[in-house]
Amino acid sequence: MDWLNAIIQGILLGGLYALFAAGLSLIFGVMRLVNIAHGDLIVLAAFLGLMITTTLGINPLLALFVAAPQMGLFGYALQRWVLNRTLGDDILPPLLVTFGLSVIIQNGLLEVFSADPQKLNAGSIETASIAVPGGINIGVLPLLMFVTAVAVIAVLQWIFYRSALGRAFRATSDNQDIAQLMGLNKSHIFGLAMALSLVVVAIAGIFLGIRTSFDPAAGPARLIFGFEAVIIGGLGNLWGTLIGGIILGICQNIGAQINPGWQLLAGHIAFLIILAVRPRGLFPRVDG
Amino acid sequence: MSDGFLEIDALSSYYGDFQALFDVSMQVGEGEVVAVIGANGAGKTTLMRSITGLLSNEAAMVRYRGQAIGGLRADQIATLGLSMVPEGRQLFPSLSVEENLIIGGQIGRRGPWGLEAVYRLFPVLKERRSQQSTSLSGGQQQMVAIGRALMANPDLLLFDEISLGLAPIIIKTIYEALPGIIGGGMSAIIVEQDITRAINVSHRVYCLQEGRVSLEGSSKTVSREAISNAYFGV
Ligand SMILES: Nc1ncnc2c1ncn2[C@@H]1O[C@H](COP(=O)(O)OP(=O)(O)OP(=O)(O)O)[C@@H](O)[C@H]1O
Ligand SMILES: [Mg+2]
Repeated sequence: MDWLNAIIQGILLGGLYALFAAGLSLIFGVMRLVNIAHGDLIVLAAFLGLMITTTLGINPLLALFVAAPQMGLFGYALQRWVLNRTLGDDILPPLLVTFGLSVIIQNGLLEVFSADPQKLNAGSIETASIAVPGGINIGVLPLLMFVTAVAVIAVLQWIFYRSALGRAFRATSDNQDIAQLMGLNKSHIFGLAMALSLVVVAIAGIFLGIRTSFDPAAGPARLIFGFEAVIIGGLGNLWGTLIGGIILGICQNIGAQINPGWQLLAGHIAFLIILAVRPRGLFPRVDG
Repeated sequence: MSDGFLEIDALSSYYGDFQALFDVSMQVGEGEVVAVIGANGAGKTTLMRSITGLLSNEAAMVRYRGQAIGGLRADQIATLGLSMVPEGRQLFPSLSVEENLIIGGQIGRRGPWGLEAVYRLFPVLKERRSQQSTSLSGGQQQMVAIGRALMANPDLLLFDEISLGLAPIIIKTIYEALPGIIGGGMSAIIVEQDITRAINVSHRVYCLQEGRVSLEGSSKTVSREAISNAYFGV
């Protein structure tokens, strides 16, 4: 039963990893930008959630509805006035600038909030659980996070493949010049993509803060989990990213079951094995 | 003819330090069809890219309906009613045939062209509407590229190489469709390697040679000899 439990908890954890990864995947898909600061933005969102909960005195799950639009606006501004200037034929400038942003966010948070670990308190929902047959308890909160992750992926999928905005994303990703000829301002389109990415980051950050304690230096590890989920699932495939997150979550929990110290290692090893066997991930996008 | 519809005045275009166009001047009147001919590398595509804003220029070098547009971005110029069928078609591979057409019309300019009108012009596209654009033959892809440009209901349509790489039968189909496209008072600039077709379809013709205008004349009266001189620089 312990093993089954580990797998189920791993699946639920995988939803959170998929949330870490989805925004990263979106940005890479639309503008081939690898956002090194992605993990730090997740942590920034967690601190933003902390500020909102303490000043307004509301549950962090509600604070999400305040934090998400703020992160979205921030993302748009960041893209239009900073990151767009770095995009071009050379892939190095955006890497360097997002790396710099990562350092700035970490130090800024350290300055304002100190290095003390923080946690978001969501109240009694944190300990509530549902007993399922077989003596396994499923936490309501992990379940809620997983369901949210699936819903977020489904919405992103819909936006990308069914909406006018997604059409503009795909067209701009295919050919920026020709997309401009269609009247699409790529600076604006990229801004919207980053806004969407940071809305997902807000959800991920607040869930992270409810689930575990976080501190200003917690970002890079989140970035790694996000990367691993994206690569395992296959670049450019959002459902693949969800499965990548789940595989990562399961492997981590099985590793922890064997030996508590092996949790992260097991995830990284699974990632490396999959990368070695299928370098393009399990479900790479098939280009027509 | 100079009614101020499109006026290009001493346009010089660069790729980095390399100058591709030298003092090119050119006019297109309202409802006029202008052919641009010239050997490979003469600068025809560069001229198209400069007009549509994909290459930026000094504002006054390109004037459209009296407005200096040389410094505008391509998306801003597109909303003014300039639309291009780019060289090599350049469809969006991630989009289906129909999505390629829809995105062409997303500027929202009013006019006769819409999905149904494009499907009437090229019925084969309707059958293929939900396929990936890359699964089509070259000729069908060119039809999508033309349809995509028309969906914007442009006042000025730029064609960069209509017949490049297409089978003769397809070229014939597309040229037969052309009067139905530009007959409605639309102005057009047509880049074409086939000099006979270029002259038959246009009111006036410009020849480019090594980035300079080497000939300008009425398509009715220009002599073949003058053209081959301008073309090959003999
Ligand atoms: N992206 C670029 N960077 C540098 N030089 C370029 C670029 N594109 C074109 N050129 C150069 O500019 C000149 C004009 O090229 P352009 O493509 O405009 O010619 P063209 O008349 O359209 O030729 P073709 O008939 O082959 O299409 C050529 O010398 C070409 O090598
Ligand atoms: Mg050309």
